[in-house]
Amino acid sequence: MLEWIRELGRGGFRYFEKLGRSTLFLIKTLAGIPAVLARPGLLVAQLLSVGVLSLLIITVSGLFVGMVLALQGYNTLVDFGAEESLGVVVSLSIVRELGPVVTALLFAGRAGSALTAEIGLMKATEQLSGMEMMAVDPIHRVIAPRFLAGFLSMPLLAAVFSAVGIYGGFFVGVGLLGVDDGAYWSQMQAKVDLYDDVLNGVIKSVVFGFVATWIAVFEGYDTVPTSEGVSRATTRTVVHSALAVLGLDFVLTALMFGE
Amino acid sequence: MTETSDDKGSDSLVRIRGLRYARGDRMIFDGVDLDIPRGKVTAIMGPSGTGKTTLLRLIGGQLCPHEGSIRVDGQEVPELGRGELYRLRQRMGMLFQSGALLTDLSVFENVAFPLREHTRLPESMVRGLVLMKLQAVGLRGARHLMPSELSGGMARRVALARAIALDPMMIMYDEPFTGQDPISKGALVQLIRLLNDALGLTSIIVSHDVQETAAISDYMYVISGGKVIGAGTPQQLEGTDSDWVKQFMQGLPDGPVPFHYPAPEYVDDLLQRDTGSAR
Repeated sequence: MLEWIRELGRGGFRYFEKLGRSTLFLIKTLAGIPAVLARPGLLVAQLLSVGVLSLLIITVSGLFVGMVLALQGYNTLVDFGAEESLGVVVSLSIVRELGPVVTALLFAGRAGSALTAEIGLMKATEQLSGMEMMAVDPIHRVIAPRFLAGFLSMPLLAAVFSAVGIYGGFFVGVGLLGVDDGAYWSQMQAKVDLYDDVLNGVIKSVVFGFVATWIAVFEGYDTVPTSEGVSRATTRTVVHSALAVLGLDFVLTALMFGE
Repeated sequence: MTETSDDKGSDSLVRIRGLRYARGDRMIFDGVDLDIPRGKVTAIMGPSGTGKTTLLRLIGGQLCPHEGSIRVDGQEVPELGRGELYRLRQRMGMLFQSGALLTDLSVFENVAFPLREHTRLPESMVRGLVLMKLQAVGLRGARHLMPSELSGGMARRVALARAIALDPMMIMYDEPFTGQDPISKGALVQLIRLLNDALGLTSIIVSHDVQETAAISDYMYVISGGKVIGAGTPQQLEGTDSDWVKQFMQGLPDGPVPFHYPAPEYVDDLLQRDTGSAR
């Protein structure tokens, strides 16, 4: 019993220690951002690997999510004779919720895990240590460009996801199920608000981008430098990012739409 | 106060006094005194796990000692601020056991890395310098290769070229001969001595390869159990009276460091008279 309480205490200490480490790490990373902006080449290379190379999975997922939403939505709406509102249902679901959330989950799985594994392996093969000994700060040279690239990529990827998703809904709703073309777009235009819906969705994806990329780069930097350590860190990135995104989504939704 | 006039120009580039360093409950260094003379090749030897690599990290300021003084070129390393430490590191090269080459850059770009990070030299001059450094280690022709295409020995030579890219005052070698075939080993042995003398460097080699290290060292320290247990020129250590140093230098399987891990009496153990350890 006593040992159990002791272990609980130790676990608590470890948790808060890690929280403190990750906060200090974030502050150092943010301090390195100006140096990245002075060398755009470093940022562009990371935007390519983190953002552009995630486009395929984001586009395909967006298309299918939009198509499924249209199918499901149509079946419910048609019972009430309200299938003209399909465009609103699809676009609001995607712009407010599914765009930012699904993009963040896919991002954590595709780019986040890759960031953790890459940084973790750089640590395990002493590349980060080697940089330090060459008087090059790895947080400025390696971490900050990756963090900034992830942070900038997420809202753009979510925007692509939403746009493709709405077209996916259009193909199924208008193309296959016979919803009126004009009604699909005009109802969407009338009901989707730029600030309440689109902007709030963008704010969500900015927050998710910040948190998911922070978790990914920190887990990589904090990894135990062995193959098992890197594997565990990669798993933690995906699990923690997914939980953080879903938890934050609830909090943000409550704040934005909760009254 | 991090600089004094007395040892800035003295014979010792690195001066360690009363160094204590522990990892968890385990004492790695317990009162170590060392002097690394300028312009010489100094070896620090000892069995695996004695903290030789830790010592290099302490000298490079990557770790902080719990007690004692580490002065490099007159500067007290543990007391340096980040800016001063980074300026000092630009004058130190370190060769990691794995080479620590950046895997996403070619050989050429790896050697150019410190030049690009710390200088604003025009591209033509960077190219010239990189080719000169690669020529010195015999790998000018391999400049287009990626680190994954290099053998272990080649990777270490590229890392060596990178370590001398900024013309440092000293180089620290972490186990340079481990896992090398005889030809690579021979090439590295020759390079370390040659570069030290030609470039006027100070070299510190951390190793447990006695023969190779003794062949090129001017002075050697033997560390064990957190203390310096032997010091002198290779010849002096060969003729030492200390049983421990003799065992290490000659690679004897038994001696002060026993062949057997502590265990109960063999006969008792076989007959399971001691129930505690026989299970």
